[in-house]
Amino acid sequence: MNTQWETVIGLEIHAQLATKSKIFSGASTAYGAEPNTQACAVDLGLPGVLPVLNEEAVRMAVIFGMAIEAHIAPYSVFARKNYFYPDLPKGYQISQMDLPIVGVGHLDIDVDGVSKRIGITRAHLEEDAGKSLHGSFHGLTGIDLNRAGTPLLEIVSEPEMSSAKEAVAYMRKMHELVRYLGICDGNMQEGSFRCDANVSVRPKGQKEFGTRAEIKNINSFKFVEKAINHEIERQIEVIESGGTVVQETRLYDSDKDETRSMRSKEEANDYRYFPDPDLLPVLIDEDFKAQIKAQLPELPQAKKQRFKDDYVLDEENATILTSSRSLADYFETVVKESGCEAKMCANWVTGDLLAALNRADLEITDSPVSHERLAGLLKRISDDTISGKIAKQVFEELWQSTATADEIIEAKGLKQITDTGAIEAIIDKIIADNQDQVEQYRSGKDKVFGFFVGQVMKEMQGKANPGEVNKMLKAKLQ
Amino acid sequence: MHNKTIAELAKGLRSGEFSSVELTTAFLGRLKQHSSLNSYITVTEDLALQAAEAADARLAKGDAELLTGIPVAQKDIFCTEGVKTTCGSKILDNFIAPYNATVVDKFNNAGAVMLGKLNMDEFAMGSSNETSYYGVVRNPWDVNTVPGGSSGGTAAAVAARLAVCATGTDTGGSIRQPAALCGITGLKPTYGRVSRYGMIAYASSLDQGGPMTRSAEDAAIMLQTMAGFDEKDSTSVDLPVPDYRAGLNNSLEGLKIGLPKEFFGEGLNSDVATALEAAINECRKLGAQVTEISMPTLKLAIPAYYVIAPAECSANLSRFDGVRFGYRCENPADLTDLYTRSRGEGFGKEVKRRILMGTYALSAGYYDAYYIKAQKIRRLISEDFKRALSEVDVIMGPVTPSTAFGIGEKIGNPIEMYLSDIYTIAINLAGVPAMSVPAGFANGMPVGLQIIGNYFAEDRLLNIAHQYQQVTDWHQQTPKGFE
Repeated sequence: MNTQWETVIGLEIHAQLATKSKIFSGASTAYGAEPNTQACAVDLGLPGVLPVLNEEAVRMAVIFGMAIEAHIAPYSVFARKNYFYPDLPKGYQISQMDLPIVGVGHLDIDVDGVSKRIGITRAHLEEDAGKSLHGSFHGLTGIDLNRAGTPLLEIVSEPEMSSAKEAVAYMRKMHELVRYLGICDGNMQEGSFRCDANVSVRPKGQKEFGTRAEIKNINSFKFVEKAINHEIERQIEVIESGGTVVQETRLYDSDKDETRSMRSKEEANDYRYFPDPDLLPVLIDEDFKAQIKAQLPELPQAKKQRFKDDYVLDEENATILTSSRSLADYFETVVKESGCEAKMCANWVTGDLLAALNRADLEITDSPVSHERLAGLLKRISDDTISGKIAKQVFEELWQSTATADEIIEAKGLKQITDTGAIEAIIDKIIADNQDQVEQYRSGKDKVFGFFVGQVMKEMQGKANPGEVNKMLKAKLQ
Repeated sequence: MHNKTIAELAKGLRSGEFSSVELTTAFLGRLKQHSSLNSYITVTEDLALQAAEAADARLAKGDAELLTGIPVAQKDIFCTEGVKTTCGSKILDNFIAPYNATVVDKFNNAGAVMLGKLNMDEFAMGSSNETSYYGVVRNPWDVNTVPGGSSGGTAAAVAARLAVCATGTDTGGSIRQPAALCGITGLKPTYGRVSRYGMIAYASSLDQGGPMTRSAEDAAIMLQTMAGFDEKDSTSVDLPVPDYRAGLNNSLEGLKIGLPKEFFGEGLNSDVATALEAAINECRKLGAQVTEISMPTLKLAIPAYYVIAPAECSANLSRFDGVRFGYRCENPADLTDLYTRSRGEGFGKEVKRRILMGTYALSAGYYDAYYIKAQKIRRLISEDFKRALSEVDVIMGPVTPSTAFGIGEKIGNPIEMYLSDIYTIAINLAGVPAMSVPAGFANGMPVGLQIIGNYFAEDRLLNIAHQYQQVTDWHQQTPKGFE
């Protein structure tokens, strides 16, 4: 009755590799073309055609392997996975089985401030299938083979996640990594990054795994969490009501927020894998690996540490800024172009800029405020041309227009007044008009000082240099 | 005209003795006259005459190659753009390839004139040409016997002078066995020497295209055009192609010939054995040294082949599903019905048998016992060949246990049919090159001598065959009625 349940989750992530052409043909991989316009004879599986491996896909798989500190197989083999389906033109998918290109590696995730290392069993190269189109085809099904032959990297984790939250953290981390590495565009709507989740439950403390169900084709972070949580509940319910979980493949229906059975183990295909005789084994030597290592971009973990060390950023800012390579690049460019203190740059990027991007649902790469224009603004803050408060106003203008910060400051007359004569005149006037407050201050009520600052700033429409105002007020009131 | 070799025809075309159009017209006439042999599935008369005109123009300009203007034919396993490519099967009866096989492109670029597409066993699965959807091909030496297979249409057409030369493919003997049974010269090159792109796959790790001709010199000319690396075929080998005619006249003095005792034991017809002895004796007279060798793994070749080839074919033939091209059953009720009936109605019996055998061999629980074990045997066979070919220069033996058998004689007994390839199959498993050379007659039917060489030693094989053909005239014999 009071059994405590424990969940075991493993994820298989399919990342579409960002090659220009397909894994075994020269056809384009671009998304969204008219059906079957990007499928050549090889993709259509016409008689007599042969696959030729795209070296770029191999390079990307090796980059990935290095990033997760995995063993890169010096010898890996493509195999045929046999099954009939109308969107699978050859009647087999070219994949890897016994000898995958990337071996055991790992990825560290953070959940609620606690770091956990998730093992990665393997990653292998394979071709994607086409798509069945259920539309107006007079009761028939249409087939679009544009996607057939698109390179995929299937990344298989160890069953080492114990909650939907961890699974999401893993998926997000992986999503960040493949985009960092430039090997996948990460576009989940277009199916460039999707996952299958293997979920099982067992009584707490039990060593053996429970029977697992595989949930297929989940293409958002939100759905992965919901689908897993739903599946955990379902399995516990089955067991607690005296039933047993059957090994099967389930599909997550996001509309109903439930998983439903696709096929059981008995109905499962025998894929009859065997080495593809049309393709030679992939041989990767030390030179090739050294070449790739030299081109390997800085990884998120290392970049975060460097941001903390070199820019003296706190944990939070460093984490946010390194969450994507383009955001990190943006930040570093702003620092370089503005010449300003890194901390101020970081605060602006993670603060005003990210808030505005979030509101507009935009990525940093689509930011209306380019790094040059933000750097231009920050320059004017640090050289005291404008105050921080005015800067926020200028930022709004930067977002709305294409003008530079200098143009906005000029046009709107926002330049800070540092002319001590002008400030002095105002101060004298305020003191003369507010003798009561002067008496209070002089009798020791320090708080009144703020009143004078406010009055002066108001009179000067915020454009007076606050430091100068403070200094002069203090002298006059003594 | 139709009895001339490629070199002689090339000379005649250049001297103006005849034009390519005249030559092509003569061959088109012959193949119509002898259509009862059923060697062609498709005759491309109009295209041939156009190609012949173009060839004549090229000859006139003086930029012709040896094959320019020569009437050739393609086994119907090679895809030809705009021309029906059936692979001998009902399932491809309506298939017009939108591209050329690399081999076809090479012949076209050389200016050869394609007369048509040649009959063959369905998907190259067969040793008698009786599995073709388009009917059995008749052996011109005795029309009641088979021409062999799977390149039976090619062998019959070349033997009957219905093409100057033609392509074949060889997965377990499909060039050499029909060449032997029809008395012509056939060469299976080293695996990877000739591109497989556009050649419809039967067993990808064994399939290899090659020339089928009347003489070794013609085979050298044809192979020159066919061979070479193709970036569209990852299994083609990136090695320079030698000049195959350059060494044809080299002496055979000191040539070491090995005769595996396993090739001359029980099962070999005694008349065939007698013809082979005489042929080997001719080689001795040409200066060769002959020694007996032993290749103990040869007996394992047939069982290993009939696991590996069907396993590969079971996947290779999955694309014929009635969805995108080829035969589709009438009024499919649902997807399963579409698959089941399209394939059930589209494939012939032998093809189905091999798909089933291969599917079985790859199935969970059987894979290790069949497929993996067969691969191990394959490796042992390759080692056996490497070892033997480090001791001798070439291996000689029979191509077939007997001469051509009667139509209908073996088709009901698959095992007996499979055994007709007993001397050729091991060569494909090892990947080495081998030739069949006309070596006499037994009871009036041709006998072939098999010459097996080391990897990429096609030039040596051609040299030996050519020297042998300088002192014999078996290759010049013409079947009665086809002179």
